[in-house]
Amino acid sequence: MSLRNSALLAAVLVTTALAMIAFYAPVDADQGLSQKIFYFHVPIALTSYVLFGWGAWKALRVLWKRDEAADLESYVAVHLGVIFGALTLVTGSIWARASWGVWWAWSSHQLVLFLVLFLFYCAYFMLRFSVEPGQRRANLSAVYALFGVVLIPVSFLAIRLASDFIHPTVFTPQVGKNLPRPMLITFCVSWAAMLATASALYRIELAGKRIDARLRELKELLA
Amino acid sequence: MKRYASDVGALARKDLLLELRARDTLPAMLLFVASALVIFHFALPSGSGALAGLGLLWVAIVFTALLGLSRSFVAEREQSVLDGLVLAPSDRSAIWLGKALAAFAFLALAEVVALPLFALFFRGISGATVAGVALADVGICAVGVFLAAVSIATRARELLLPVLFLPLAVPVIVGGVGASVAGSPGRYLGFLALYDLLFATLCWASFEYVVTE
Repeated sequence: MSLRNSALLAAVLVTTALAMIAFYAPVDADQGLSQKIFYFHVPIALTSYVLFGWGAWKALRVLWKRDEAADLESYVAVHLGVIFGALTLVTGSIWARASWGVWWAWSSHQLVLFLVLFLFYCAYFMLRFSVEPGQRRANLSAVYALFGVVLIPVSFLAIRLASDFIHPTVFTPQVGKNLPRPMLITFCVSWAAMLATASALYRIELAGKRIDARLRELKELLA
Repeated sequence: MKRYASDVGALARKDLLLELRARDTLPAMLLFVASALVIFHFALPSGSGALAGLGLLWVAIVFTALLGLSRSFVAEREQSVLDGLVLAPSDRSAIWLGKALAAFAFLALAEVVALPLFALFFRGISGATVAGVALADVGICAVGVFLAAVSIATRARELLLPVLFLPLAVPVIVGGVGASVAGSPGRYLGFLALYDLLFATLCWASFEYVVTE
C-alpha cells in the first residue's frame, strides 16, 4: 500500500469511527456521555502495545539478523508508541476526572502501567541520543527495546499485586466485560481506526527519516 | 561448562580483590545506607506508622544498590579493561555474570549492616523480608550490572543508569514491599523469583550485544 492510500484508509476509518461513536453507539446507562472516551482511550492504549511490540520485533531483527534497516524501524515504532502512550495517559486522566472526580487514580491499573512504561521508554530516548549513530547505538537501543516487552507483562503483574497492599480496589472500570453488541462493534472500528492511523504515521515517519538519511549521505558525498 | 564457571569465577574474584585492595565502593555504600536510614527517621513524622518505615527500607536498598552499580564498570572504563575482556577467548556473558556476582556480594554485605541497623532504628524484620531482600538482590544486580554496562557505553555515562534502571525496579519494589508487609508473602516471593528468572535470562542472552559492535 502506498503512503497516500494508507493515510486515506486511516482518514476514512477515523471518520467512520467518530460517526459511529457519535450516532451509533448507545449512551452508557451508568456513566453517561463521558463513557464515550472509552472508544478513544482503550484503542489508543492497545495500539500503543502493538507499537511497542512491533518495535521489539524489529529490535530482535537488529540483533538476530543484523538487519540494519530494522534499527530505524524499531526506533520509529517505539517513538510512536510513546506518543500513543502519552495520549493514553491524557485520555485516561480525563476519563478518571469525568467518572471518579480525580485527575489521577492509582487504582486504575492501566494508567499506572502506562506511567511506568512512559518513564521506561523516555529513558530509551535518552539512551539512544547519548550514543553516536552506528552499530553500537543500534545494539543498545535494540536491547533496551527488548527489555521493554518483557517489562510490560511483568509490570502488569506487579501493579495487580501491588493493589492488594497499596489499597483495596474500590472502583474498577467494568467496561470491556459484557459489552453490548453496538458498543463492541464501535469499539472494534475505533481500534481499527487507531491501528490504521498508527500504521500510516509509521510509514510516513519512516519515509521521512529515510529520505533524511539519504540526503545526509549525498551531502557527505558532495562535501 | 566447567570452563565457563571458571571464567565467571575469575572475573568475580578480580572485582572482589580490587575492592579488597582499593576499598572504594563498599564503604561508600555502607555509609550511604546508614545516612539514608537516619534521613528516613526525620522524613517520617510521628504517627506515620511502622509500615511506612518498611517501605522506605526498600527505597534505601534500591538507591544503595544504584550507588554501587554506578561504580561497577568505572575501573574497566578508565583502564580500558573492557576491550581486553571482550577480546579474551571466553563467552561474553561471563563478563556480565562475574560482575553481577561481585555486585551481589557488595550489596549483600551492605545489607548485612543495613538490615540490623533498620531493626535497631525502626522495627524488627521478618524472615519473609530477608527472603525478599535476597531475591530482590539477584534481580537488582542482574539488571543493574547489565544497565551499568549499557550506560558506560554512552556519552551520559553514570548519569543514565538511574534513569534506565528505576522503571525496571518498580516490579522489584512491588515484590519486596509486598513480601515485607503482606500477611501471606508467598506469592510476592514467587513474583520476585519470576522477575529474577526472566530478566537474568534476558541479560545473559543479550549482554554480548552491549559490549560488541
